[in-house]
Amino acid sequence: MSIDTLRKNNKAQLLLGLLTGIAFGFLLQKSGVTNYNVIIGQLLLTDFTVIKVMLSAVLVGMIGIYVMKSAGVVRLHCRMGSVGATVIGGLIFGAGFALLGYCPGTAAGAVGTGALDALSGVVGIAIGAGIFARLYPVLASTILNRGAFPAETVPELLGIRPVVVVAGVAVMILFLFWGMQVFGL
Amino acid sequence: MAEGAGTYVRVKGYILRECIVACRDSMIEWFTMVTWSPYLAGAGIGVLIWTAFLLSDHPLGCSTGFSSTAGMVEAGLSGGKAREMPYYQKFIPGINWSWMLIIGVVMGAFLSSYLSGTFAVVAVPSFFAAAVGPDAGFRLTVALIGGILVGLGARWAGGCTSGHGISGTLQLALSSWVAAACFFVGGILVAGLLFGFRFP
Repeated sequence: MSIDTLRKNNKAQLLLGLLTGIAFGFLLQKSGVTNYNVIIGQLLLTDFTVIKVMLSAVLVGMIGIYVMKSAGVVRLHCRMGSVGATVIGGLIFGAGFALLGYCPGTAAGAVGTGALDALSGVVGIAIGAGIFARLYPVLASTILNRGAFPAETVPELLGIRPVVVVAGVAVMILFLFWGMQVFGL
Repeated sequence: MAEGAGTYVRVKGYILRECIVACRDSMIEWFTMVTWSPYLAGAGIGVLIWTAFLLSDHPLGCSTGFSSTAGMVEAGLSGGKAREMPYYQKFIPGINWSWMLIIGVVMGAFLSSYLSGTFAVVAVPSFFAAAVGPDAGFRLTVALIGGILVGLGARWAGGCTSGHGISGTLQLALSSWVAAACFFVGGILVAGLLFGFRFP
């Protein structure tokens, strides 16, 4: 079976989605980030677990995805952003993030660990997503396209080859890890 | 001679059995640990993103599944009319890869917490109880309001901490780096206003 037939096999994809989710939920819980105290600790800058998990995933994921992309076996899924969509949406998300103490993935994970407040949170997230779908026609014609970003990716923006940016980001992440160890964060 | 061969087989069988037992015990120990190194767990998530891209041509994002849930509930209530809404034409709600992902996350986190003996039904996390109070109704209300803002903001920005924050930034998507920065700027400011700035 080729990769393409697997990607188009609906039932196999449902199973793969479930298995990916199980592994993701397992890793999120084991890393500690399904815990409210850990996430609020990150936002109060007293616990850096969330950043360590995220940047480790970015470091490993980035190198693998760019290697596979250059081999021609995967394609990127980048979307154009804008001030009206990315910045405003991002800040609304951030405010909710602090109130809820979980993001969509970690809230689902926290439900699995028995957190009832996360259950209330996931109901809220679905309601919020529904509200956005309702508002979408109005927002799309007013602010979502305001201040469109000049490029889709960072290498395009800087006008340098992706491999150089990958190396730069990798060094930056390793430097941050080193810094966090030095300062005992 | 025959006896020697028998001893050899017995010794080999013993060593093999001991190896399997040791391997199994260390696996059990590994799976029942309360926490793994955040660096190691994060690296595991990175590998999971390789397989999601390769096998499913999909970034690892969690908010799309919630949009599907909202769409399916709306379609159920409106007798299918909601499916004609422009947003649901763009992101067709349904039981798909992204929706199954969320179900999997709940199951995986349950499995992990159950195996490590940390599964516990709790309404008010200890930090919130100490900082605000132990009232469950209040915590559930705050979580509901926070959740609504998270869902609204994630769809507004086109992704959440996993879709933009991890999958998008590792593809070097400009919108994802900006979104991730805004998630944390907004989160750090509001958390500081709510609980008091504590850094350094």
